[in-house]
Amino acid sequence: MLRYAVRRVGQLLLVVAALSVLLFAWLRSLPGGPVSALLGDRATAESRAALAATLGLDQPIPVQYLRFLHRAASGDLGISTGVQRGEPVLSILLQRLPATIELTLAAILLAVAAGIPLGYLAARHRGGWLDSAGVVGSLVGVAVPVFFLAFLLKFVFAVQLGWLPTSGRQSAGLDATRVTGFFVLDGLLTREWDAAWDAAAHLVLPALALASIPFAVIFRITRGAVLDVLGEDYVRTAYAKGLTAGVIRRRHVLRNALLPVVTTIGLQTGALLSGAVLTERVFAYQGVGQALAIGFTLRDYAVLQVVILAAAMTYVLVNLVVDLSYALIDPRLRT
Amino acid sequence: MPFMIRFRSRLTALAVAGAVALSLAACAQSQRGQEGSGAPAAGTLTFGAAGAPDLFDPFYASDGETFRVSRQIFEGLAGFKPGTADLQPELATGWSSSADGRAWTFRLRPGVKFQDGTEFNAEAVCANFDRWYHQTGAGQNLALSYYWNENFGGFADRARPSLFDSCTTQGPSTAIVRLTRATGKFPALLALPSFAMQSPTAMRRYQANDVTAQGDSFAYPPYARAHPTGTGPFTFAGYDQANGTITLRRFDGYWGDKAKLDRLIFRIIPDEKARLQALQAGDIDGYDLPNPADWQTLRDAGFTLQIRDPFNVLYLGITQKNNPALRDLRVRQALAYAIDRQALVSAALPDGAEVAREFYPDTVDGWAGDVQQYPHNPAKARELLAAAGAANLTVSFYWPTEVSRPYLPDPRSIFGTLKADLEAVGITVKPVSKPWNGGYLDDVDNARADLFLLGWTGDYNSPDNFIGTFFGSLRNRFWLAAAPWGPELVAALQAADAEPDRATRIRMYQEINRKLLAQYLPAVPISHSPPAIVMRQEVHGLVASPLTAEEFAPVSVAR
Repeated sequence: MLRYAVRRVGQLLLVVAALSVLLFAWLRSLPGGPVSALLGDRATAESRAALAATLGLDQPIPVQYLRFLHRAASGDLGISTGVQRGEPVLSILLQRLPATIELTLAAILLAVAAGIPLGYLAARHRGGWLDSAGVVGSLVGVAVPVFFLAFLLKFVFAVQLGWLPTSGRQSAGLDATRVTGFFVLDGLLTREWDAAWDAAAHLVLPALALASIPFAVIFRITRGAVLDVLGEDYVRTAYAKGLTAGVIRRRHVLRNALLPVVTTIGLQTGALLSGAVLTERVFAYQGVGQALAIGFTLRDYAVLQVVILAAAMTYVLVNLVVDLSYALIDPRLRT
Repeated sequence: MPFMIRFRSRLTALAVAGAVALSLAACAQSQRGQEGSGAPAAGTLTFGAAGAPDLFDPFYASDGETFRVSRQIFEGLAGFKPGTADLQPELATGWSSSADGRAWTFRLRPGVKFQDGTEFNAEAVCANFDRWYHQTGAGQNLALSYYWNENFGGFADRARPSLFDSCTTQGPSTAIVRLTRATGKFPALLALPSFAMQSPTAMRRYQANDVTAQGDSFAYPPYARAHPTGTGPFTFAGYDQANGTITLRRFDGYWGDKAKLDRLIFRIIPDEKARLQALQAGDIDGYDLPNPADWQTLRDAGFTLQIRDPFNVLYLGITQKNNPALRDLRVRQALAYAIDRQALVSAALPDGAEVAREFYPDTVDGWAGDVQQYPHNPAKARELLAAAGAANLTVSFYWPTEVSRPYLPDPRSIFGTLKADLEAVGITVKPVSKPWNGGYLDDVDNARADLFLLGWTGDYNSPDNFIGTFFGSLRNRFWLAAAPWGPELVAALQAADAEPDRATRIRMYQEINRKLLAQYLPAVPISHSPPAIVMRQEVHGLVASPLTAEEFAPVSVAR
């Protein structure tokens, strides 16, 4: 098992190294670059060339990559040229990660809390109004672009009804104490209840917008899985044995139907980052997704390469953990 | 699993979670001040900013969002009269120059202190000039000290000639600035935010000059990131990056009329539509540059929309480097005649926009008025093209995406209109669209486009700030090096800028403007567009500035 684990970790390091090379080369092959963002529209060809030379951006890409590795080895992952000019990228990442995690968690919780019960009920009452409404709702959830839904939600609940804030993570001027960077949690920990409530209110609309796609997927998978399980022989047998309907639904139907749903939740959580790019931009939510969006507009190499690489590494690490756990369960996979 | 075992294990998990939460809660304590909690006070104004400021030291900045914040914290020796681009004394009470225009004596306002208690006097003025002049390494880079490079030129190392010579004191309230030559832009350029007076004590304490090139970027010192210290009506209170807000507080030791607001908060909302919704929902009190398409909606909803006087220009750039046909004046004139600028202004630009007859608005010195006109005349355009042997002219026409500028609110529609006009006279247009920072500026500045859309918003009232910037060098985006008159134009611009007598200088610029339109035509001026700023009805006292240099000290909010 140890040999297998070492081999898999070695493979992971190779994958990450290859990824970093590809990402580095790809970013620098895009038209434009940080020089445009740094100099704006007031530059000349000479000043552009001079700045590129100062920052080493005129060097061949392999040389730039080696310089990046050299700096990274000493903990310097670069400094932002656009998202937050002059700020170390690691600091930007650490500062914005809690915002994205908070938003993603809220979105997936909403999606699960609505998707599983509704999917289950829709399957139990197949063909009924709830089923029809759920199916249509899930279609809309998948089909409507996140940014459009975001603007729509803001228009109704913030602009028209005034129930919720339109943007940001907390009201301007609230002067809340920061502890973990998770604003809701910080409010609870410091007993600044108004700050916690305010942060939660700021979470609702972006989380709803972000939850639309995972909700639709979870609803449909749950509904399909429950329908499949309801038709299984062991469910009929359970009824024949005289078990109560509640026990059958809870122990036999829901438990078995939830297996594919749990897998889907995992996959959807990973996919939420791409949705967060749009959602965070529209809601001026200071998370990693917004940093990616601004980073692309301003060609902030330092931020882009670290954020994208961090996201890729998260996927790779999760896969490693899954592979190792499979190998633990099934020794045949270790060869 | 037996029920009791399951129960115990769940109980243990709960206990552990509870212990973690309790220990975290024990570590976390509210650090909130008395005034900070609850809803915004009546004396707080929240302004929606389109982006994060690059930094808070205006000397190293050239972006509007940094200047919007720094204008409230800092003041210069000179400033602009509210609502105009005209110069007025600020920290200086007045100035005079020697006959040759090279020695400038500034009489300083008495009783002024920086926000850290440091005295503002002649020594502080010279400390600032000396700081700018003695920049080394990364501090000399155009990306940082843009306005010094563009206006003063070189530094103390004399690698390039500098406009600045020395600054000396004559008692505490008089500073004498000597220049190496006369220039028409001095002392007007001292009203630029980059040349605002900063506390020498704070700059020393927080290593203001410690800017370095590091990796692919620049690293800034603590002063630029968290300790900007000026003499202005607001002090810097903090930048909450996690929430995207910058907070300023009223400076009670301010020498002039104190700010009416207790707090001024800039909330960063990059998306324009999101700023509009934030205003409609009451989350912010105002924002800059609303989309012209929303102007009427905003008015109808009762918001106060102030439309500034246009202080910008949009032009159709022509590069003479790659397409030999474009070196022929007749071809460039044909382009000018082909474009229906009046129709473009009516259809694609906001109310108040006007056709540009010259390369800057008529409020700037040296505007001639009697320049050659190019009314829409497709027949004349065809005739000129035929005469130049360019009846089958093909041009690449670059236009930018992912950008909106006050002079270029909707690049796609403006490009579409111009393209149709050019095609109507038989010109084959090869469109090239690129993101603003994703290749567009790079290609335009490297003279890869035949035609391109670009413009400029003036920094201050000086013709040099417009046409000197556009046409002041030969190897620029217009590639004047290919034009036989290129050196003549550059020399004329330098001579006009160096003329100490204002009346003579104005005549020289008028002559340049006449030649620019009749004999050179390196680009076609298209329009001047008025940018707007919108505030809630309850906000009073904001005077819109054509330079987008609004001051928030006289502003109040009725809640």
